[in-house]
Amino acid sequence: MTNIPITAKDFASDQEVRWCPGCGDYAILKAVQRTMAQVEAKTENTVFVSGIGCAARFPYYMATYGFHAIHGRAPAIATGIKLANPELDVWVISGDGDALSIGGNHFVHLVRRNVDVQFLVFNNEIYGLTKGQFSPTSRVGTHTPSSPLGCIENPVSATLLALGSGAHFVARAIDSQQKELTATLVRAHGFKGTSFVEIYQNCLVYNDGAFSTFTAKDKADEMQIHVEHGKPLLFGTDKSKGLRIKSDTLKLEVVTLGENGITSDDILCHDETDKAMAALLADMSEPDFPVAIGVLYCKPGHIFEVEIRKMVNAATSEATCNLNDVLRQGHTWSVTGDGD
Amino acid sequence: MQITGGQFTLATAVALNNLSTFADFPAEIRAPVGTTFGVSAFQINFGSRVIKTAGDDFDVLVAMNPAALKVELHGLKTGGMILVDTGSFQDRNLHRAGYDSDPLKDDTLAAYRVIELDISQLTMDAVKPFGLTKKEALRCKNFWALGYVFWMFGRERQTTVDWLKTKFAARPDIADANIAALNAGHALAETAETIDGSHGFIIPQAPDIPPGLYRTVTGGEAMAWGLAVGARLAELGLVFCSYPITPATPVLHTLSKMVEHDIVTFQAEDEIAAVCAAIGASYAGALGVTSSSGPGISLKAEAIGLAVSTEMPLVIVNTQRAGPSTGLPTKTEQSDLLQALYGRNGECPLVVIAARSPSDCFNMAIEACRIATKYMTPVLLLSDGYISNASEPWLIPDVDKLEAFPIDLHTDGPCFDPSVRDDVTLAKPWAIPGTPCLEHRIGGLEKSFATGEISYNPDNHQMMTDLRAEKINGVVRDIPDQGIEAGADSGPLVVVGWGSTFGPINRAVSNLIDQGLPVSHVHVSNIWPLPKNLGALLSGFERILVPEMNSGQFIKVLRDQFLFDAKGLNKVSGQPFKIHEVEDAIRTHLEALK
Repeated sequence: MTNIPITAKDFASDQEVRWCPGCGDYAILKAVQRTMAQVEAKTENTVFVSGIGCAARFPYYMATYGFHAIHGRAPAIATGIKLANPELDVWVISGDGDALSIGGNHFVHLVRRNVDVQFLVFNNEIYGLTKGQFSPTSRVGTHTPSSPLGCIENPVSATLLALGSGAHFVARAIDSQQKELTATLVRAHGFKGTSFVEIYQNCLVYNDGAFSTFTAKDKADEMQIHVEHGKPLLFGTDKSKGLRIKSDTLKLEVVTLGENGITSDDILCHDETDKAMAALLADMSEPDFPVAIGVLYCKPGHIFEVEIRKMVNAATSEATCNLNDVLRQGHTWSVTGDGD
Repeated sequence: MQITGGQFTLATAVALNNLSTFADFPAEIRAPVGTTFGVSAFQINFGSRVIKTAGDDFDVLVAMNPAALKVELHGLKTGGMILVDTGSFQDRNLHRAGYDSDPLKDDTLAAYRVIELDISQLTMDAVKPFGLTKKEALRCKNFWALGYVFWMFGRERQTTVDWLKTKFAARPDIADANIAALNAGHALAETAETIDGSHGFIIPQAPDIPPGLYRTVTGGEAMAWGLAVGARLAELGLVFCSYPITPATPVLHTLSKMVEHDIVTFQAEDEIAAVCAAIGASYAGALGVTSSSGPGISLKAEAIGLAVSTEMPLVIVNTQRAGPSTGLPTKTEQSDLLQALYGRNGECPLVVIAARSPSDCFNMAIEACRIATKYMTPVLLLSDGYISNASEPWLIPDVDKLEAFPIDLHTDGPCFDPSVRDDVTLAKPWAIPGTPCLEHRIGGLEKSFATGEISYNPDNHQMMTDLRAEKINGVVRDIPDQGIEAGADSGPLVVVGWGSTFGPINRAVSNLIDQGLPVSHVHVSNIWPLPKNLGALLSGFERILVPEMNSGQFIKVLRDQFLFDAKGLNKVSGQPFKIHEVEDAIRTHLEALK
């Protein structure tokens, strides 16, 4: 078994990585390669599929099979790959423009069908490769070359869109948190079905610091909540803050342990199989709430290509007819050579 | 009415007549009954000789309401016969059809033989024992009329009886009522002596039909079966990806019913997803096929370019319809030829072939699969709405006797080397994911010939551009030489056609040859690359006439390739050519040459 790569390095291709120095993509690449080593993935059985954009260069840097396709269509190509060979381990790499703007339709249908792929969206809230225009996740007021007076469009929430589309696995991660990111990717890889992971990724050139209000070292503890199934939803420097449902509402509220009689019994526990809770967590935003990181939702369901194969296998095992029989179904008649 | 027509077609085929049909129906699913735009028409041409078209003007018209009479009367021969349901000729229906007065009572129909019967009432009487509602009972009237027409042409009723029993297995009362209506119509025709000579028409069995097992087949069915057989001959799984669009959907429907033959059908979320999934399927080692009509092909254009750039086997079927834009979804046209050849960004060559008839879709689908896998290229196969819905008798081939063309996957070697191409076809090596040691990356960016890696090198881009063109041009070695369908191999005039105009052109040319006129017919199936002898062959004629259901697209290709001063005969009405239209044009051109 000497052929099995065991370190992250074994998954790196011989290509020179060409992202801008300091780009968050480097960290994600590293985390993915670490994940591959950890799960002992086989390079020959792995396919990375991407569309267009900075993130879409990803497949070139992996020592696996890779398909750098056209803008927004990676989910559709990945679906075709799984239809032809469900055994392949497929990763879809996309960005906020690729997945949520030009490829928005395919995003919805990939997760709705629950095709068994890892679907990573690197969200930097900006168009990088085309030089800095606003993206569908850019916040209102973002000044860019195509919105010099400030963006007036409301941003889309990738995680809420995934949940609304019927996703069975929805997670969030941050490029710079190597350990947590790798752990989330390992879980995503282990999940059977579409595992959707939004990764906050810093674009140093066109949108530097877009997430610094919750990723900066001095903000992280107070403005991030790392959710874990079965564990109380606590955050803050000394885990003194928590989330609970505000009485008589369906809203979350931030409470502090020890204040106003709040005890750990008042704090919600994370149930990753609860879609309503996942939606509440996904919808939390600064400054009133911390940003939820980790596996927000995980509930296995029917897998598209598995169901199709079941159908085909069931039919083919029972079938006794060949294609000649198909051509002869229905009314046929014989003409004899004697011309009677 | 399409079902009624289908049943007459079947009975006619079983009577060993040759035949050709034309379905002409509105785009609306249930267009308002009685309106002229809601008329659903079915035309059939049958006889003892070889039938090449659905016919020009017809001998018999069955008009179930005033609107049908209004819309179709112009196509009836003078002296032709009309069977009308007088029960539907009330003021309201007359008004809806735009008649100021009742055409049965003025001289509108003076030039025809009219059989007036209250088919509505006769049907209601015939189905009374079955206790249907009035609405259900009236729905049986098409079968009453069918019974009547069956008697006129000596058709057997059994195939229709069998069909009704199967179709309405869950509602035996409906099946029995329709059978009763069919029998009642047949009986009335037999006893009423309404037809001159009282015996109806006898169309003898067509002579010289090659022996064998036959069925009727539509273009949509033949296309689907050809794709299934083509993938089998390539020894690949078929992954068929499509988004519903008129008139291409019959292919999706037919293949969806063939799951037991290891056929995966995928109804994608849109046209782009359909072609991309097909590309993904081919990438992973199946034969990816996508099918659509013009508007959908427009949406697929970028992805087809990706398949050209990544040299992926892919079959794209375009069942053409009238455009531009949404155009006339249920009407036929040949106006996507230039789109097929040139409708992509960049220098983006691929193979284009076209089916000539419903049954030819089977052969051409297999040919598309063969070329796509042998040359690692997309192949665009053109059909059209006319072929897709038309039916004809088909000598059923023995699939086991067709020559297989198994693909040669790249499975061994220390690493993937994209520069090791097939010496003859220039096809790139096909290494599919799952193959150890051959991991590599592909994409829509220009690639180095030597390494397959991204390359911005100017000389390399020139080389790859030339290579892609040369590979497609090289397919010419692998296609049959251009032959002549009718007439001499040189002379004053040749009529050059492609696609579904085969029937009317061939009949028109044959008719005029019979009359001693010097005219020939050349039918081109391989649109790109063109057969290598085509230019030499056509240069043997003084004049070239190119009839097309577009404003002159193939003629541009002929002019471009050979600098021929060809003449066009163009029709963009959503309707196929009439034989006489082609005949008239031939006569005009022959006159001009004198």
